[in-house]
Amino acid sequence: MNDETKFMLKRLAFYTFIFTVVAWIIIPIIISTLYGFALPRDYYDPKKIFPTSFTVKYVKTLLFTLGALDGIKNSVIVALITIAISFALGIPAGYAVAKFIFPGKDTIKLSIVALRMFPIPVMAIPLVILYIKLNLIDTLLGVALAHTAMALPFVVLITSSIFAGVSTELEEAGMVFGLTRLGSFFRITLPLALPGLAAAAMFTFVMSWNEVFVASILTLSHRTLPAQILSIMAGASGGAAPDYYKFAAAFIMIIPAITFIFFARKYLVTMWGITLK
Amino acid sequence: MKVKSSYIPYFLILPAFAYLLFFVGYPLVQALYTAFTQNGQFSLATVRKTFADPYFWDALKYTIALAGVIVPTQVGLALILALAVNRAFKGKDFTIYALTIPLTISDVAAGLIWYSMLSPSGFLNKLLLNIGLIHQPIYFFGYQYRHMEFLAIVLAELWRATSIVFVIILAGLQMISHEYLEAAEVFGADYWTRLRKIVIPLLKPSIQSALIIRTLFAMQIFGIVWILAGRDIPILAGEGFYRLTELKEYDVASIYALVIAGLSILLGALYIKFMKAEYLEVRR
Repeated sequence: MNDETKFMLKRLAFYTFIFTVVAWIIIPIIISTLYGFALPRDYYDPKKIFPTSFTVKYVKTLLFTLGALDGIKNSVIVALITIAISFALGIPAGYAVAKFIFPGKDTIKLSIVALRMFPIPVMAIPLVILYIKLNLIDTLLGVALAHTAMALPFVVLITSSIFAGVSTELEEAGMVFGLTRLGSFFRITLPLALPGLAAAAMFTFVMSWNEVFVASILTLSHRTLPAQILSIMAGASGGAAPDYYKFAAAFIMIIPAITFIFFARKYLVTMWGITLK
Repeated sequence: MKVKSSYIPYFLILPAFAYLLFFVGYPLVQALYTAFTQNGQFSLATVRKTFADPYFWDALKYTIALAGVIVPTQVGLALILALAVNRAFKGKDFTIYALTIPLTISDVAAGLIWYSMLSPSGFLNKLLLNIGLIHQPIYFFGYQYRHMEFLAIVLAELWRATSIVFVIILAGLQMISHEYLEAAEVFGADYWTRLRKIVIPLLKPSIQSALIIRTLFAMQIFGIVWILAGRDIPILAGEGFYRLTELKEYDVASIYALVIAGLSILLGALYIKFMKAEYLEVRR
């Protein structure tokens, strides 16, 4: 075997590997989308790997009869409240961490990271008792408050790294020309940080949108989409709903996720330090 | 601007910190109180009741088993993927995009998607039947096929959560200076030597932070198991959920919450002992 064949074989192996991995990620999404619109007779026909006739019946039933549309509405409201509160609290903290030197800074940063690691079930289960007392049980605000606790450490860390990226000289220049510290924050730092903050907001949205444990425990009649789907699709014994409703549910749930990552992929990866080149 | 200032930064951080402290502190105190008292008196009755339930030990066992299988596989797989993708090739952008898609897919949705792949009339079974590799569908779901259910959960969780590990490791890879690698190449080190002596050691912080994040999340695994197996495969978060929502046993549910907290604190402490805290931060 000469070097050229060896090289070609290596290339072939590499592309086969990449192709397999990409197929492994994408095929399940395509299949569950196809099945979401398949007629049950196509789905149960063992000869038909890919369904050939389609219907919107099950997606429609799920949306309008089984309450997925309300779930979507609730999810959006919860996510928006979560973004509002976690940014109102997180932006000042992130700014302080990025732009000030003060005693105890590292300890504070570390505790914020540690709080981020706090398991969700531990938070959610005892919260039920508090929420019953406060009349917050089964309210969207209640879920949003818990989601904020989940998202806030993340918002502090992300915003601090975004603010740290905004040049200090620009701010100082602003203050030399007569802006107050607050003024230079609003006139200079904030506009420059805006794209990064938007990305952090999107990520917060997705975190809240996907969260199911807190939402399932704290609500009964006002459920977010994942909680609503979970209660329709699975009982304690598993597998409560007919198969084709499960496929329709998968389709409804992944549409926003895929749309989101398509628009936000640039920011999503830059937030983790990757530049797509 | 880096200014020394006495109170402003504390004043800015305080609201966020107080909020977090409340949402972590209050539940913790409440859980301890609910778990260890009865009629206002200290009591171990709930603890005994929980420990006497075989489901508790199964849940502990399965939670640890799932984490033990899933997390190392994920990290290994993500490392291979990140190394493969971290070079110039045709279709690189699309490959990275595809690999990051599961980042935003929830565990519930991932469970449903993998149900459509693995159910008796699902894609995998029909494909294998039609190729002629099998003559009867493989059954992944149902109490009598618990081992297959376990496998299905592993497959679905690998599919869903490997991407976050991949992204963290790829970010770490891209921060490794090319100069080290070029120098090694000049001195005649081949790919494997470079990998072993330079890339992996420099990648350690990323691998460690991926490990800690994934292990801690694995302790709270819930949606994917609940969708695919229900209580056939008991897990800590699922049992806590069941006790609370179906049986209204706040005290037992609190014990489950505390066990998850205990495991997480233990693992967190172990990791922090073996790594520097700054590696935990989300870096730019």
